[in-house]
Amino acid sequence: MLEAADLACERGGRALFHGLNFSLASGELLRIGGANGSGKTSLLRILCGLLTPSAGEVRWQGQAIRSLAEEYSRSLVHIGHAAGLKDELTAAENLAIACTLAGVSRDGAGDALARFGIPGEKPVKQLSQGQRRRAALARLALSQNVPLWLLDEPFAALDAAAISLVEELIRGHAGRGGAVVFSAHQDSGLQETRLIQL
Amino acid sequence: MTRVIRCLIYRDLLVAWRRRSDVAVTLLFFVIVVSLFPLGVGPEPELLRQIAPGVIWVAALLSSLLALGRLFEADHADGTLEQLALGAAPLGVVVSAKALAHWLVSGLPLVAIAPLLALQYDLPGGLYGVLALSLLLGTPVLSMIGAIGAALTLGLRGAGVLLALLVLPLFVPVLILGAGAVEMAAAGVGGHGQLLLLGAMLVVAAALAPWASAAALRISLE
Repeated sequence: MLEAADLACERGGRALFHGLNFSLASGELLRIGGANGSGKTSLLRILCGLLTPSAGEVRWQGQAIRSLAEEYSRSLVHIGHAAGLKDELTAAENLAIACTLAGVSRDGAGDALARFGIPGEKPVKQLSQGQRRRAALARLALSQNVPLWLLDEPFAALDAAAISLVEELIRGHAGRGGAVVFSAHQDSGLQETRLIQL
Repeated sequence: MTRVIRCLIYRDLLVAWRRRSDVAVTLLFFVIVVSLFPLGVGPEPELLRQIAPGVIWVAALLSSLLALGRLFEADHADGTLEQLALGAAPLGVVVSAKALAHWLVSGLPLVAIAPLLALQYDLPGGLYGVLALSLLLGTPVLSMIGAIGAALTLGLRGAGVLLALLVLPLFVPVLILGAGAVEMAAAGVGGHGQLLLLGAMLVVAAALAPWASAAALRISLE
């Protein structure tokens, strides 16, 4: 499905990585490991097309993602460092709007928030950091038909219950034939994962 | 695609409604600047009538500049802009929808309140309509051109000042045509030519500016 050919990335004149090759088939999980500042976030941003690699290219089903544009972004979910939630809106409004903008059905948004234990009617600015993170990750529960998930530190700031819920969602997605790339410092509970060390 | 546009306009209007004070600030700025001139210049009806179109237009221009900083900044800070760039619709369409919502919140109130403020300048009766019409055609152009500048300066240090330096020169044609329309109508020549040119600028800006802003946003997001 996803293929990285000879990727290199340079930030602020410093080479983060180069000559990175891998491919990801459906049903596979890939963890990006590495120290702080080693380029995990940059690699994920390159994979979703927000950042242009200084060399090489990313291919989705054999075609360069540059030429696919929205066709590619419709087949991925990217959850980055920032939660991507508007402070003024409630968690439920945020989730429903994010789904509409991503072209995903918003059915079951209430259930998704309940699974993550988020009070849907509270404005996001009243939520704690961990709760915001969960509210952002609740999108995953509604994105089961989106083939590619790109998650930046999905387990950061989460408690044990939420971590196992996210792991369960990731495992379920791989079981359905989806592919997941995520970054994490430590080994996660997902044993079947391949690892790229930056 | 239309669902995305509707949803985005709804979202931006809802956020603006929950942060009404931000919206009120730009409108109040406009009201105060326009009201300061008669106080400073003195109650000279002939002079006030002459400077009215220019003063109201310059105030509208500065007030929309003040509002421009909000266009992408909040979305950039909370990460929703990245989500929009990875959304189902092309980024150019997203930018048009955002610029439209931004104009509804920051431009349209100026159009509505300008004739009322013009009373202080004792404009002859027929000119209130021309003034409102010129602002109705001109302020969306300001939002569109401003969106390019806002996208280019996104996330930079001192973005506000840079934005003003970048965008104000580009606002000059709109200012000349907008104020000119009212002046021509006051001189009895009719401001149709200027209004038609403003309309043409609006069409061109609506067609091209969103794509330029989208390209600038992609660069800023890197």
